Amino acid sequence: MKPRIAPERFRAMFEPRGVLVAGVSTHPAKFGFVALHNIVTQGYEGAVYGTNRDGGEVLGVPMVTSLEELPGDVPIDLVFVCTPASANVELLRACAARGIGAAFLTSAGYGEAGAEGRQAEAALVALADELGILLAGPNGQGVVSTPARLCAQIVAPYPPPGGIGIASQSGNFVSSFQNYARSSGVGVSRAVSAGNAAALTIPDYLEYYASDPATRVGLAYVEGIADGRAFFDRARQVTAQMPLVVLKGGTTRGGERAAASHTGALASDDRVFDGMCRQAGITRAANVEEAFDTAATFSTQPLPRGPRVAVVTTAGGWGVVTADAITRSELELVGLPESLRVAIDERLPPRWSRNNPIDLAGGETRDTIPEVLELVADSPQVDAIIYLGLGIQSNQARLLREGRFGGDPGIERVVAYHERQDARFARAAAEVSEASGKPVLTATELALADPANAGPATVRATGRYCSPTAQRAVAALEHLWRYARFRQRRGLL
Amino acid sequence: MSAKHARATRRTLSEAESKVLLLDYGVRCVPDRVVATAQAAVAAAGELGYPVVAKLSGERIAHKTERGLVRLALGGPEQVEAAAVELLAAAVPDDGDVALLVAPMLRATRELIVGLHDDPQFGRCIMVGFGGVLAEAVADVAFRLAPIDATDAHEMLDDLTAAAILGPVRGEPAVDRDAVVAVLLGLSRLAVDRPDVVSVDVNPLLIVAGVPIAVDALVEMRT
Repeated sequence: MKPRIAPERFRAMFEPRGVLVAGVSTHPAKFGFVALHNIVTQGYEGAVYGTNRDGGEVLGVPMVTSLEELPGDVPIDLVFVCTPASANVELLRACAARGIGAAFLTSAGYGEAGAEGRQAEAALVALADELGILLAGPNGQGVVSTPARLCAQIVAPYPPPGGIGIASQSGNFVSSFQNYARSSGVGVSRAVSAGNAAALTIPDYLEYYASDPATRVGLAYVEGIADGRAFFDRARQVTAQMPLVVLKGGTTRGGERAAASHTGALASDDRVFDGMCRQAGITRAANVEEAFDTAATFSTQPLPRGPRVAVVTTAGGWGVVTADAITRSELELVGLPESLRVAIDERLPPRWSRNNPIDLAGGETRDTIPEVLELVADSPQVDAIIYLGLGIQSNQARLLREGRFGGDPGIERVVAYHERQDARFARAAAEVSEASGKPVLTATELALADPANAGPATVRATGRYCSPTAQRAVAALEHLWRYARFRQRRGLL
Repeated sequence: MSAKHARATRRTLSEAESKVLLLDYGVRCVPDRVVATAQAAVAAAGELGYPVVAKLSGERIAHKTERGLVRLALGGPEQVEAAAVELLAAAVPDDGDVALLVAPMLRATRELIVGLHDDPQFGRCIMVGFGGVLAEAVADVAFRLAPIDATDAHEMLDDLTAAAILGPVRGEPAVDRDAVVAVLLGLSRLAVDRPDVVSVDVNPLLIVAGVPIAVDALVEMRT
C-alpha cells in the first residue's frame, strides 16, 4: 500500500528552500513575531521573507506587503501562516501562484470554532487541494525539521537533532516531547503539531516519517480517530518499516451499555484500541514519560533478538529492584551461564553475586566494568543488558571539588580519575552495544539530579539515552522486545 | 442514528439457530435438542443421558440467566418435567415463539467467552476472554480487528491477564490453544462472510478435557 501523500511532496514542508512568514508582527509577544524569531535564530539557512502591512524589515528579514514584491529568483517552498482566517484564501492563492508547495496554518477560527468555522475549514481544504498545496493545521503550533535546522513554530523549544519523528494532535505534547529531547540529548528529526488536521492527518505525517532516512522511530499523540480502520491499515504499513510509539488521550468511554451482547458491553474504546495497537505492531505508551523513554530507546539502541536480560550493577538494592521489574514484565531475568560465571570469577573477588543481577559488590578495580559488560554482551544466552551504578564516583567527585578542600592537587587528581572512569564506563556501554548488536541500557537518577555528572553526560555524548530510573529502562526495553517479537513472528526481519 | 433506532433494525437468532450458524464456522457446540413440550423434553433427556440442562429458547430471549430461564443439573425425568413446565410458564408475550432446549450438562472448571462486535470506530472485531456469568465483571478480555490470523489469535490468548489459567489446572490438561485459535479464526471468517451479522456472543465456551465447546450462543442480525 502506497502512502496517501507522495513523500516528495513533504520536502516543501520539511526541507523548504525558502520560508515565507505571513502576518509578521513587530510585537515580541505576538505569534507573527515569535514564529519569525524562531526561524531566524535557530539556524535555518534558507531564504526567509515575511509579509506585513508596512514593508521594511523585522529582525533583519525583508517584509513585503504583497507576494508580487518577492524577488522572482528566490525559491520559497513553505508559507508559515499567522494571519487571521479571513485573509487566508487570498493568501493561499497568491502562494500557489508563487510556486509555494506547503502551508502551515497557525490561524484559529476554523473547525474548532463552530459551524461557520467548520465551513471555512472545508473550503480551505478544498482550495489547498485545488491549488496543489500541502496544508498543515489550521490551529497548529508549528513544524520542526532538524536536518533543515528549521524551527517554524509559535512555541519553544527547538530540540537537538536525532531520530525521533513526532506527529501530535496536541501542540503542547510536541513541546513536551521536545523538552524531553533537550534534557536527555536524544534528539528529533521532524516534529509537527497537526492542529485541526483538516487536510494532513497524523497517519500522513507518519507515512512520510517511515520513508524518511532521518527518522528512526515515530512518536505520535492521538485523541479522536476519524476512521479507525484506515488508521489501523496505515499504522501497520508504518510499523513494517519503523517502530511507532503512540500515546492516546481520551480513553474514557465505556462499552456500549445498551449492548445486547456481553462482547459489546466489554468493547470499551480503550480495549479495542489496545487490541488494534497490538495487532498493528504499534507500541502503546501508558503516559508521556513512557512514550518518550520508549521512543528515545528505540532511536538509540538496536532491537533485542530475544527477551533475556542481564543486569550489571555496582550496588545490591538497585539490582534487586530492577530484577523485580524484569520478572513482572515479558522480559526474562536470564540465569547466568556457567561459562560466564567462571569468566567473571576471574575478574572479581568472591563476594560478587555470582548470579543475575550481576552485582559487582564493590569488588571492581579500574577495568572491571568495561570488561564485565563485554563478557556479558558476548554471551549467546544474553539478549540485552541494563547497567546500573553509572556516575557514583563522579557524584563524590563533585562533592570533593565543591567542598572547601577542593583545589587541593591530591583531591583534584582523584576528582579527575573518578570522572574519567565514569566517562569510560558510559562509553563502554555504547561500544559494547555497537560491537555486539545488543541493547545496553543505562539508568541512574543522576540523569535528572545532576545532568553534568560525567556518567550521564557521557551517555548523552555517545548519543544514547540515560534513563532516570531502572524501572523506566525496563519498561522501554520490554516495548523494544515486544516490537522485535512482533516483527519476528510476522517474518519482518 | 439514535441507539434506539439502531436497536430496532436488529433481531437476535434463537440459541439453537445461533449454534447452527456457528457450527458452519467450525465452532463445536454442545449437542442439544429443541423440543416443544415437557414430555418431549423428558424423552430428549433420556436419549442424551443425565444430568441435563433445560433452557427456554426463542428469537427474542437474550439474557436467559438474568431471567431465571436456565435450569442446571437436572438428574432425572421428574426434575426435567417440572423444570420444563416452569420454563414454558415463564414465557411472556414479548418473547414470541419459544421452545425448550435440552442439553447434556457438561462439567468444566474453565469457561471462556468469545465474540464478534461491530465497533463504531474500528468496525468488526473479535474478542476472547474469561467467560461465565462473571465475564463482564472480570473483564479479562482481548480484542483484535477482523480479519485475524493465527498469530493474532495466539497473541490474544497471551494478552489475557490470567493467561496462566489456560495451562494445566487441578488435574485438567492445558487448554488446547490451537482449538481455541480455530474458534477465533472461525469467528473471523464469519465476520468477513456475513455483513448481516451484527454481533456474536459465545458464553460460556466451556473447556472440557482441554477442548472448547460452546454451551450458549447468541447471534444478532441486521434486518
